[in-house]
Amino acid sequence: MTDDNDASIPKEPAVSHDESGRAVATRDGEHALPERFENPGLPPHVHRQGDHDEAAAKRSERQVAALFTISMLATVLFVVAYAMIGKDDDVTLPILGKVHALNVALGVTLAFSLLGIGLGAIHWAKTLMSDEEVVEERHTLRSDDEARAGAIKVLTDGAESAQINRRPLIKYTLGGALGLFAIPLGLQLVGGLGPFKGDVNDLRTTLWDTGVPVLGANGKPEMKNGKVVTRPRRLMRDPEGTAIRLSDVTLGSVFHVLPEGINNTPEPSNEKVKAAVILISLQENKIKSARERDWGLDGVVAFSKICTHVGCSVGLYEQTTHHLLCPCHQSTFDVTEDCKVIFGPAKRPLPQLKIEVDDDGYLYAPHGFEQPVGPSFWERG
Amino acid sequence: MSSLVARRRHPAAIAIVLLLGLILTGGLYAAFAPKDADAAATSSQAVAAGHKLFLSNCATCHGVNATGTDAAPSLVGVGAAAVDFQVGTGRMPLANPGVQAERGKVQFNSTEISQLSAYVASLGTGPSIPSSSLTSGGGDIAKGGELFRVNCAMCHNFAGSGGALTRGKFAPNLMDVSGRHIYEAMLTGPQSMPVFNNSNLSPQDKKDIISFLMNVKTEASPGGWSMGNLGPVTEGLFAWTIGIGMLIFIAVWLGKKAA
Repeated sequence: MTDDNDASIPKEPAVSHDESGRAVATRDGEHALPERFENPGLPPHVHRQGDHDEAAAKRSERQVAALFTISMLATVLFVVAYAMIGKDDDVTLPILGKVHALNVALGVTLAFSLLGIGLGAIHWAKTLMSDEEVVEERHTLRSDDEARAGAIKVLTDGAESAQINRRPLIKYTLGGALGLFAIPLGLQLVGGLGPFKGDVNDLRTTLWDTGVPVLGANGKPEMKNGKVVTRPRRLMRDPEGTAIRLSDVTLGSVFHVLPEGINNTPEPSNEKVKAAVILISLQENKIKSARERDWGLDGVVAFSKICTHVGCSVGLYEQTTHHLLCPCHQSTFDVTEDCKVIFGPAKRPLPQLKIEVDDDGYLYAPHGFEQPVGPSFWERG
Repeated sequence: MSSLVARRRHPAAIAIVLLLGLILTGGLYAAFAPKDADAAATSSQAVAAGHKLFLSNCATCHGVNATGTDAAPSLVGVGAAAVDFQVGTGRMPLANPGVQAERGKVQFNSTEISQLSAYVASLGTGPSIPSSSLTSGGGDIAKGGELFRVNCAMCHNFAGSGGALTRGKFAPNLMDVSGRHIYEAMLTGPQSMPVFNNSNLSPQDKKDIISFLMNVKTEASPGGWSMGNLGPVTEGLFAWTIGIGMLIFIAVWLGKKAA
């Protein structure tokens, strides 16, 4: 090693040690680092006022006791409020406005009851309990060889007495039983991934695909060749369940629609979440898509109200822009063009429901949706 | 007469005198008080006055014949209800063009509004101003709530607090809107709002909805502070700023030494 002063060449560490064993950097070169960093130890302990001043400690004691007393008082007030305040009593408070008196009283007293205990305990710990720093040495995690050998012996002895190695039939069937037990747990996850065909939740079919029985003169369903004669379902106002005439749907109107007879189905709510429809009237010449004009009547069109993103109810219709907006994630559909997505996370247009007018002048759906309604699912294809 | 004089100290005398005085002043007031504006609203005088107001305040955008221009729609057939809503809530005359005409200071008094309404109603048949029996509550609150949730809540929020639409437009808060203006808005479908005509929501349905909204406004909040009834928006903001801020404050205080 040459004796020049080039700092880029590694040198012997220019470190000496003082009498306490701490590393002290020498003045020889500014890049010198200590051989190893010593533990700087804890900063000197600072005593609190209450540690040597009995009056201060007494004051802290009273403060803690006061906080616990507040808790007790609040608990008593909770009981009093519960007994005294009627459940229909209202009270008008600043900021909160008009609120139920009982709920507010119970909430506030319970909060003070818990806060009194919590704050008292913390104040006690911080001012009176010992706060001397304590060093706990860490030990190696590895057990000594003797203990390890002992543990292995316990296991092998156990296996020996259970005869698991001598009787492989038990060993393998046990393995199989435990392994197969994972299936019930995973099956629910996989099975819940999509609706199954024919299920009430199957998004491929809705109530619009089926008809309602035609009633004969005697009020009973008409029969033909042993089968009930049905006709397509009419569009009914939600929630009244009354049929709609084309002339009712004036320009700019929006009707929220459910299929006729939905309340006679076994599960009306499950049918509703698939079959809900929004009926919109706009100027026919505003509609750009020929298919959409065909499936509507004089600019009155019906679309599924179930968002193709995650199935929220799409109901925000802007009369001026003809945008249909989903309140959940702001997917926006253009009603003038097959309800195609123009903004937001939805990926498919809302399916259109073809409408016609029957002999009595009411709107009905000659067939159901051509695409599955609602969010995409795995087997949709 | 003497019998009256004799009974002037009767305990009931003062009450009878007061009653007579009240009946007299009430009768005089009824005889001489100015007549309600509605009585004149249908007359041709009101139409003429409304036409004058229209020409000086509205014709710039809506055209001299109210048939509309590029800047504003035709008013033929919109009816008195539309005028009463738009002018009565201060949306018209439009303060400045924007994505949405917002509620503002009402520029005309009620007589002028009824004159304008009468003029526009004379242009073509349209929805008229509803009678006060339909707009001052007293309907079926439960039914109104159901109708509100199906037809209105998606835009105006479950408690009528309003909500956002696309590109800066919004559905306004309904809490301090009068029943008459709510009724007229349903009937005429102003701006982005669709029309809810009387065959969609019958007058009784509209009355029920207004009654429901009045009840929402006066009902006490069961859960304490409603924070504007805006749902997760204000609640989340509160939890993330004030709630977590307090938790951080407490954590810092916990970790600090007393000395």
